[in-house]
Amino acid sequence: MRAVGQSVVRRDAAEKVTGRAVYVGDMKLPGMAYAKLLRSPYARARIVSIDTSRACAMAGVLCVLTSEDLKGIDPYFGPVLKDQPILAAGEVRFQGEPVAAVAAIDERTAAAALERIEVVYDPLPAVMTLDEALAPGAPLVHETPPRANGMFSDVKNLIARASNVVHEFHYQHGEPTEELFQSPELETFDDVTTYPMIHHVMMEPYGCVADWQGDQVTLHAATQHPHPVRRDIAQIFGLPLSRVRIVVPYIGGAFGGKSYAKVEPIAAALSRACKLPVRLCLTAEEAFQTGRKPSARVRVRTAVSPDGRIVARHIEVYYILGAYADVGPRVTQKAGYTALGPYRIPNARIDAYGVYTNTVPAIAYRGYGVPQTALAYELQMDRIARSLGVDPIELRMRNVLRRGDRYTPSDSDFDADLPGDLAELRHGMPERGSRGPWTGQGMAVTLKTTIAPSLSQAMVRVHADGSASLFTSTVEIGQGAKTALAQIVAETLDIDMAKVQVILADTALTPYDQATSSSRSTTLNGYACQAAARDVIRQLRDIAAGSWGVAPEAVKAEGGIVKAADRQMSYGEALDSLFGMTGAEVVGVGTYAGAMGNVPLSGITPFWEIGLVGATVEIDHDTGETSVHELVSVADVGKAINPALAEAQDEGAVMMGLGHALWEEMVYADGQLVNGNLVDYRVARMGDLPARLESIMVENEDGPGPYGAKGIGEGATCAVATAVAAAVNQAAGIEIRDLPLHPERVWRALRDHALTAQQEGK
Amino acid sequence: MSSLHGFDLRMQVNGQPVELEVGYNELLIDVLRDRLGLTGTKRSCDMEVCGVCTVLVDGQMVSGCTTLAWEARGKNVETIEGLAEGDKLHPIQEAFVEHNGFQCGFCTPGMILSTKALLKEYPQPDKATIQWYLHGNICRCTGYKKIIDSVEAAAQAQAQTAGAD
Repeated sequence: MRAVGQSVVRRDAAEKVTGRAVYVGDMKLPGMAYAKLLRSPYARARIVSIDTSRACAMAGVLCVLTSEDLKGIDPYFGPVLKDQPILAAGEVRFQGEPVAAVAAIDERTAAAALERIEVVYDPLPAVMTLDEALAPGAPLVHETPPRANGMFSDVKNLIARASNVVHEFHYQHGEPTEELFQSPELETFDDVTTYPMIHHVMMEPYGCVADWQGDQVTLHAATQHPHPVRRDIAQIFGLPLSRVRIVVPYIGGAFGGKSYAKVEPIAAALSRACKLPVRLCLTAEEAFQTGRKPSARVRVRTAVSPDGRIVARHIEVYYILGAYADVGPRVTQKAGYTALGPYRIPNARIDAYGVYTNTVPAIAYRGYGVPQTALAYELQMDRIARSLGVDPIELRMRNVLRRGDRYTPSDSDFDADLPGDLAELRHGMPERGSRGPWTGQGMAVTLKTTIAPSLSQAMVRVHADGSASLFTSTVEIGQGAKTALAQIVAETLDIDMAKVQVILADTALTPYDQATSSSRSTTLNGYACQAAARDVIRQLRDIAAGSWGVAPEAVKAEGGIVKAADRQMSYGEALDSLFGMTGAEVVGVGTYAGAMGNVPLSGITPFWEIGLVGATVEIDHDTGETSVHELVSVADVGKAINPALAEAQDEGAVMMGLGHALWEEMVYADGQLVNGNLVDYRVARMGDLPARLESIMVENEDGPGPYGAKGIGEGATCAVATAVAAAVNQAAGIEIRDLPLHPERVWRALRDHALTAQQEGK
Repeated sequence: MSSLHGFDLRMQVNGQPVELEVGYNELLIDVLRDRLGLTGTKRSCDMEVCGVCTVLVDGQMVSGCTTLAWEARGKNVETIEGLAEGDKLHPIQEAFVEHNGFQCGFCTPGMILSTKALLKEYPQPDKATIQWYLHGNICRCTGYKKIIDSVEAAAQAQAQTAGAD
């Protein structure tokens, strides 16, 4: 192979290192207005009145919108439930919720106009925590049950009821777990973990330029989901899909945060109202008020046989979804379903709940609910290992799923070699003989499904000179899709990579693609791209066969040439031969369509994404500070289309997870988010890079994507924080079950541990 | 010249003299991006802690988001647009391309300019020096390892060029 498997230079390299790559905030259209949003200061309040007259009267202000001005449209959005108003209507449900929007001649004028809008609020009691939300008689975040969006075929059992529990997922197989937990032959473990609210901190905050002209609108949007956003905009404004165009420029990081509609509906409403292009770019602080990872409380109970085999597991998961559901119900059922972990478990029960609170909405986040549950089941695996006196990797070896196993009896076959992956970790992270007294090692192995069913379509045009253009709606969010997809098409067409152009994510031009998310683009969109390229080859062979009067099977396509026996012609000559003149093209189309089936989630996952990370840490006994010396990730990639980029993405996933492990937590006090900015919210910086960070690639060519590829964008993120927590627990002999592992938490655990030891000594 | 609203700002941007009237409270980032169209300088935290909007003022790293435009008067401001000569990339840019020192690219202009300042001050930095010097430039995509690889390669290229002179 000459393109696939090569670490070729990124397609976007020159643009990105010279500052010429265009992001939404860099765009300027003729006559463009600039927008700012007024946000609620209260976690929950009734809006008594809004007076915009002084803002409207300001020089330079082009329009001011409140929910009253959105009467002619369907002013709600949300990928699962249409529960989120474009602008708060009657009630605000979280501090930071947009209440009014201004478009003006520049951002400064728009910001000044916000201060002239007078809103009278009547504060109401808010539910800020899981316990408050579930308490009997708790105030309801949504008093009337929201409407379903209908976008996802796999979301069933949406509960149309007035409750803070917005969605539930239940599952069981085998014997009732409760009975097995009482069995005298088995040892039962019972743990509760909590996982905090975490922000994406994409370096480019949210942004959109909306350009409404006549009866159509173009949105230049920093979104991972151009087609779903097109659908939302069409529904909100009552437009045909063909009159809504979503164009995605380069995106400055997303990590799930730019999934589905966020700022696009309000930007479109502003442009429609003032009949000008409008740019709405949020600040980094506003990004904190737009979305976060679902926080969670997880209880896991496991019964284990004396020889260390899991006999039964019951996991209860509560995801705290905030004020609006966004994708929370899908996280609840999808990550709820895989919350048993990557193990053979003959008797299992799952109860997962998604719960509304008056906090920033929980949205998609790299890992999609798995890191939250992995913290519970993997720390418990360590406790089981200690209790049985078994090595933690050995305990996993005894229990992990084998290739061809079924995660649950009615699911599809498991497709990875987990014992092999564990062996790689053991080999790649040998125990250190010289470990100090406050040094520990930990590991975690996790399991994630990808979005299912999902759909991608792609189009390849072969031009008259034999070069080719790929049209597909994958978004380049930094992962390198533009490069990897070019490699797949060049390889399949068997032409030089330099001859392949890639046109991404413009819904007016590029075919349907459901999502740049869920680790799916290279694998599943790549599948569609490869199919489109194969379709082109098939057509070229047919043309040559017709021209030569031979069977199509006798024609081979190689190196940009079709040939049969002693005859050959270039792709361009083949086209000329068909049309009798030059310039014609052949267009190939390809589709990846996921399948529904009789599996618990109804969509069959096309691959199982593995996360496997080991960590070595050292604790400062006096301060509780954790130093991470070593992070090793085993990336089970199937086939690395571009090994350097695959490695880069995995390293990035690990370091993002290091922030989740040690520092990241959105803190609320009195209904207010108190650290929603980059001064008070700490992410991993360059100085935090461990002495050793290594990504070990496993290429078994066992994925469903081109050349055996499977997704890897999220794997390590699911496992790393838990691996670090496990290492901290081992280093200090403590049992921390909550993140992040900031020095105070570790210090308190050390102190409690010492006090307990002292008391037991008496 | 100055007036009630602003004053005439004279500075050099990427070696070219620039003169324009700016407001007293106008930020350097806004002058560069909105007035001069140099959008390679990106905006993120607005608080001088993420490094995304880093530019060089007389060779020193400065956050455009918290620097008033008038502070650059009479000085030379260097942005990412000033590094390459036509299609020929600066050796630091070449190193970032070669070693995948970026993914989404949003922190990259600031990261590259910070690297330029670093290599001027410490032409042969060890890993610890790189980590310390670039600690103020957040990258959420790469995990930093490949950025450090890029910086080390750029230092090596710089040393080779210096040796050849």
